[in-house]
Amino acid sequence: MIHTRNLPFVTTLAIFVIAYGLCILQFPNMLSTRVIGNLLTDNAFLGIAAVGMTFVILSGGIDLSIGSVIAFTSVFVAVAVGSLGLHPLTAFLAVLVISTLFGSLMGAMIRYLGIPPFVVTLAGMFLARGAAYLISTASVPISHEMIDAIQGFYFRFPGGGRLTALAILMLLVFIIGGFIAGRTRFGANVYAIGGNIQSAELMGVPVGSTTIGIYALSGFLSGLAGIAYTLYTSSGYSLATVGVELDAIAAVVIGGTLLTGGVGLVAGTFVGILIQGLIQTYIVFDGTLSSWWTKIVIGILLFVFIVLQRGIIWYSNRRLAESRLKEI
Amino acid sequence: MTDIQTSSENSFSATNRERLDDPLMEARGIGKSFLGVTALEGVDFTLQRGEIHALLGENGAGKSTLIKILTGVYTRDRGEMRLDGQDVTPANVAEAQALGIGTVYQEVNLLENLTVAENLFLGRQPSRFGFIDRREMRRRAKALLARYGLDIDVDALLSSYSVAIRQIVAIARAVDLSGKVLVLDEPTASLDSQEVEMLFVVLRRLREQGLGIIIITHFLNQVYAVADRVTVLRNGRLVGIRALAELPRLELISMMLGRELQDITREHQAQEEAVAPTGEAPIRFAGYGKRGSVAPFDLDIRPGEVVGVAGLLGSGRSETAFLLFGIDRADSGTASIDGKEIALSSPVAAISNGFGFCPEERKTDGIIGDLSVADNIALALQARQGWAKPISSRERQALAEGFIKSLDIRPADAQRPIKFLSGGNQQKAILARWLATEPRLLILDEPTRGIDIGAHAEILKMIERLCAEGMSLVVISSELEELTAIAHRVIVLSDRRHVAELTGSDVNADNIMQAIAAPNRTEAA
Repeated sequence: MIHTRNLPFVTTLAIFVIAYGLCILQFPNMLSTRVIGNLLTDNAFLGIAAVGMTFVILSGGIDLSIGSVIAFTSVFVAVAVGSLGLHPLTAFLAVLVISTLFGSLMGAMIRYLGIPPFVVTLAGMFLARGAAYLISTASVPISHEMIDAIQGFYFRFPGGGRLTALAILMLLVFIIGGFIAGRTRFGANVYAIGGNIQSAELMGVPVGSTTIGIYALSGFLSGLAGIAYTLYTSSGYSLATVGVELDAIAAVVIGGTLLTGGVGLVAGTFVGILIQGLIQTYIVFDGTLSSWWTKIVIGILLFVFIVLQRGIIWYSNRRLAESRLKEI
Repeated sequence: MTDIQTSSENSFSATNRERLDDPLMEARGIGKSFLGVTALEGVDFTLQRGEIHALLGENGAGKSTLIKILTGVYTRDRGEMRLDGQDVTPANVAEAQALGIGTVYQEVNLLENLTVAENLFLGRQPSRFGFIDRREMRRRAKALLARYGLDIDVDALLSSYSVAIRQIVAIARAVDLSGKVLVLDEPTASLDSQEVEMLFVVLRRLREQGLGIIIITHFLNQVYAVADRVTVLRNGRLVGIRALAELPRLELISMMLGRELQDITREHQAQEEAVAPTGEAPIRFAGYGKRGSVAPFDLDIRPGEVVGVAGLLGSGRSETAFLLFGIDRADSGTASIDGKEIALSSPVAAISNGFGFCPEERKTDGIIGDLSVADNIALALQARQGWAKPISSRERQALAEGFIKSLDIRPADAQRPIKFLSGGNQQKAILARWLATEPRLLILDEPTRGIDIGAHAEILKMIERLCAEGMSLVVISSELEELTAIAHRVIVLSDRRHVAELTGSDVNADNIMQAIAAPNRTEAA
C-alpha cells in the first residue's frame, strides 16, 4: 500500500510517465537516449540548485538568493579564469567557499536574529546580484583547457545519447542529497524542524546549527550550480539566471514537497526537474509553440499540486477523525 | 496554613522516613520573576523514587513556571535544585534530558510529519557507517513500544494514530531518553476515560520501576486515582505538600482556592443576603451543550440578576461562556429570548441579540493594544451597527469621554493607545465597549484577574450598579469571595458538567466547594 506521505511523489512520477508516454505517441523520436541526455545536461544547473532548495523548503524556509548566487558564481569564475588567469580549480574552490559562507551567514541571521527566511534571502538576492554587477556587467567568455576537457567529456549511450559531465554531476548531487535527507541525522533534523520547530527544539534537535547547515548547503549547491552554469554556457554574465530560484521552487513543489515544510523527498525534486525539462523538449519538438508555454504549463501544474497537497491533508485528517470515532 | 504544612510533613515522614532521606529530586526556595513580576517565590518541592506526584493550582499559581524551571526551559533566579543528591542547573531542555529529566507536554511534543520510529529516535538514531540504520531503528522502536503493551506499525506517520497512542509514544521516548524523572503536563486533557485508564496503567508500571513522575492535571478524580502525593501552589507560593491518602477532597480544593472552611462559614454569617429577582426569565437556554466542550445544561437568566459560574480551572467555565456567546456552536438544545428561539451561530449573532462578552485573556482576546481607548470602546457598537455606517471620530470621542467619566478610566485621555493603560483601566475600557451597545446580557470571564485591589472593588461595584439598572450578568470567576459577594445564583461546574445550582442563602464558598468535590459523579471524560 502507498503511504499517504508518499502520495504526492507517486502522483508526480505518474504524471511524468503519462506525459512522456503522450509525447512519444505524438513524436516517436522523443523516445531516444539523445533526448534524455540533452534533457539532463540542459537542466543540470537547475537540478543542482533545486536539491539545495529542497532542503530549505523541507525545513519550512525559502531561499530566494539562488539565482543571484549562480550569476555571481559564473561571473566570478569567468573573470578569475578568463581575465586573471587563475586555475579553474582554484576559482571553483574559492567560489564554493564564498557561496557556502554566504549561505551560513543567511542561516545564522534567520536563526539568531529571528528574521523570516523570505526577508533574509531577499536581501541576499539583491546583495549577490549587486556583487555580480560589481565584478563585471559584460558577458565574460571563458576558455581554459581544463574547462574544454570537462565540456568535452561524456559517456556514450547506446542510441547516440551523451551522458555529459554536467549530467553526471547533477545525478551525483541528487544521490548524495537523497542520502543526506533520508539517512543522516542532519536530514532527520531538517524534517523535524520543518514539521514543528518548537517541538523539534523541545525534543533536543540542535535547531541553530541545523538551520545554518541548511542554508550553507543551499549556498554551496548554488555555487556548484553556478559552476555548472559557467561550464554549460562557457561564459559568465551578471544578468543571467534571473528567477532561477522560482524555477527551483516550482520543481520542488511539483516534486511533492510541502511548501509548509516537513514532508517531501529529494527524488521528488528530480522528477519535478524532469517534468520541466520534458515540457521544454516538447515545445522544441513541436516547433510552432511559443517557449512561454513552458511557464503556463508549469503554472498550471503548480496549481494542481498545491490543490492536491491540500486534498491529501484534508483526506488524512478526515480518515484520522473517522478512525477516532470508531474507537469511541 | 502553616500548621497544615508541618503536620502533613510529619505524617509523611513517619511512613517514609528512609525514603525522605534520599529523595530523587529536591528543590528548595525556588524563585523566578519575569520583568519584575514575581511568578514563583520560595517554593520547595521533593520527588521520591517510585512516586507519582501531582502538581496542582489554579491559573497563575506558578505550576508551569515551576515545571519549566525543573525541566530546563527557564533558569531559576533563586533557590537550589538537587537530583540524586547532586546540585543541578539544567540550562536547556537537552541538558535536563541528559541529566535524566524527561518531559511530555500537552500538545506540542512530537512531530506528526515523522514516523513513530523516527519520533522515538530523533537525535539518537542507530547508525552504521555514519548513516542511519533504518532496520535497526525499526527493530528497537518495536521492542521499546512492546514494553508499553503497544504493537503498532512504527513506520506509519505519527499523525495516523490517536492522541492516546501519541501520548504513550511520547512517554516511551522521554523515559528511554532520560529515565529518572518523567514530567507530564496535562497528559489527559484530550483523552477519553478509557484512554486515561490505559495511560494510568503505563504510569503505574513506570512507578514500580522506580521512576519519579510529576503530573500536572486539573481533573481531581484522576489525581486521586493515580497520584501518591500532591503539591499545591497558589499565586506563585507553596500551599502544601500532602499525601493524598490522608487528604480529603474538600481540603484539597480549599488549598487550591485558598480559603479555610471555618473562615468561609464565619464570613457568610456576617454577610447579608442579596435579594434575588424573581419571576419569568426572558433569556433561557434549554439542554444547551456541545460534545467535548460542555455537557447539556439549562440556564434561565432574569433581568437584574447576576449569575455566577464557579468551578476549577478546566471544569468548563470558559467553555460555557463561549457557548453562550456563540464563539462555539452548540450541538444540542435551544436558546430563546422573550419566548422566541434564537440561533447563536456566531459572536455577531450574539451581539445582535443584545449579548456582550469580556473574555478572560484580556491581552490576547480583548484589547487591540495599538488602537486608542476611544477606538477600542467603539468597536462593539460599530460591529453592531454594521461597518456600512461608520461612527464618526467626534461621536467616538464623545462616547469615550462619557465612559471615561462614568467609569473613572485613568488617564482620562481617549486618544491614548490602550496598551499604555493599567490592567484595571483596560478592563474598564472593555466593559465600556460592551456597555456602549447597551446589552441585555453581559458575560464577564474573570473580570478582576490581574488588576489591583482598588480597581477590583470598583469593578464589583459597577457590576452591582449595572444589575440594579436591570441588566443581566453572567460572571465567571475563580475567586469564591467575589462570586458569593455579587451573585444571586451560582452555577457550579465540574468535569465539564453543570453539577449544581445554588440560590439565595445557599450561595456560599463552603457549598460551592462541596459541590465541586461531590464524589458521586461519572469519571472524567
